[in-house]
Amino acid sequence: MNESSPPGLPPDSQLKRDMPLVPSDSIAGRALVVVIAIMTFLACLTAGGAILVAEASQGWRADVSRDVTIQIKPRPGDDIEALVAAAADIAARAPGVADVHAYTKAESEKLLAPWLGDGLDLGQLPIPRLIVVHMRSEHREDLEPLRAALAAGAPGASLDDHRLWLSRLDTMADAVVVFAAALFALMILAMATAIGFATRGAMAGNREIIEVLHFVGAADSYIARQFQGHFLRLGLKGAAIGGVSAALFFAVAALLSTWRSRSAGGEEIAALFGAFALDFVGYAAILAICLGIAGLTGLLSREIVFRQLRSLQ
Amino acid sequence: MLRFENVGLRYGIGAEVVRDLDFDIAAQSFQFLTGPSGAGKTTLLRLMLLSLRPTRGTIHIFGEDAAKLDKDQITALRRRIGVVFQDFRLLDHLTTYENVALPLRVMGRDEGGYRAEVVELLRWVGLGDRMNALPPVLSGGEKQRAAIARALIVRPELLLADEPTGNVDPSLARRLLRLFVELHKSGTAVVIATHDLTLMDQFGYARRLVVGDGQLKIFEGDSP
Repeated sequence: MNESSPPGLPPDSQLKRDMPLVPSDSIAGRALVVVIAIMTFLACLTAGGAILVAEASQGWRADVSRDVTIQIKPRPGDDIEALVAAAADIAARAPGVADVHAYTKAESEKLLAPWLGDGLDLGQLPIPRLIVVHMRSEHREDLEPLRAALAAGAPGASLDDHRLWLSRLDTMADAVVVFAAALFALMILAMATAIGFATRGAMAGNREIIEVLHFVGAADSYIARQFQGHFLRLGLKGAAIGGVSAALFFAVAALLSTWRSRSAGGEEIAALFGAFALDFVGYAAILAICLGIAGLTGLLSREIVFRQLRSLQ
Repeated sequence: MLRFENVGLRYGIGAEVVRDLDFDIAAQSFQFLTGPSGAGKTTLLRLMLLSLRPTRGTIHIFGEDAAKLDKDQITALRRRIGVVFQDFRLLDHLTTYENVALPLRVMGRDEGGYRAEVVELLRWVGLGDRMNALPPVLSGGEKQRAAIARALIVRPELLLADEPTGNVDPSLARRLLRLFVELHKSGTAVVIATHDLTLMDQFGYARRLVVGDGQLKIFEGDSP
């Protein structure tokens, strides 16, 4: 700052001259900052949640769509081990198959342990046997020849390509994302309405200032810029508070989910949201939402001020 | 500079507040606008300032028909007019310096470029030590002088002042009026609304526009 002034003039530091024309501090202004902060926080949570679900669902799809399962139900008189070996052999020779893993009887029993508990003798139960077939890519080969070969070479074997489950998973993930987008749109709408009320309130409260500005020769565009600047500052303040809070929330949630990832509940959450950790895209989205909300606040107030000024004429 | 032709104004469907106004304000002229309270002085000033539109008649200002001006043109014309309001209309959150500099600021001029002018004018009106004071802590007379300084800072071609000496003692009133006289001598047309007869008598050469019953009578001043 230039402290040197011409002789006889007060130096910069002794002259207050930078006050905005629209008073910056008011109860309505503080209330609007709080509303914008809360709305930004919720909008960032919604967007972040949608991003996590969308990214996790991509992971599910990639994992599940590479696998198909052959299930062999034991029937009286069948040599189940021979059927498993035959089915595994047929699967290994099918086109597009990368790897075949046939679960042994012990492994199959272990799979049931979480539901039936440990220490039970499952030897007498007709437990189905599973063969997991890993495909080379998500783009599956036509599985009908494999299905036909299994029907011929391993009676009692059924092929499950998880198509139904995958489709339900897709629908669920899409529904979550659409719901989040609708919620996000509603929040923006609610916030725009709050900004509209606040702008009209600020104009009514500053009517005398507007009149004086008109009388001293201020154009509507100049007055609108003052209000836009005022609301842009409020918007930036509110959006920064809400955005930083949301970023902290995701950072803490990621930390907690890492700590809890070994528990059963943690695994379920990890299955749905991945590691619950936003990546760079997620944090960039939060930043974009904050800037967008601040910009929206400024532009919306400018438009409302212009309309009100036109109506004053 | 300013010409009223058969101008009348009514609010809503009521009777005309002012009617049959026919007069000129010549460039570099000096006149008082007077009349009893409620006679329409402030209304007439607002018509001159184009903040009211007449319901009949025409107003020509700076050679333009006011009825044909758009908002931007009115804004441009207002920059050539200085106005002192009866209730000062200072912005309470701005300092005296900022209030006086306001017309220059809204024109988009750089603060460094007008600081000397504003400080000089503030010192001239006796507010050199009140530059950083906010209007709520100023006395009535100080507010009055700040409002006058704000009107003078753009060196207007036309100055409209509504009871500019209404809140000050007689000696300060004379001093403030000398400001207007100085401005008039430098080429500004001055219209001062007042009902202070003593004050008007001190400037016998000034023309008097007398509003009464919504009509205007004009008395030319003595030769200076």
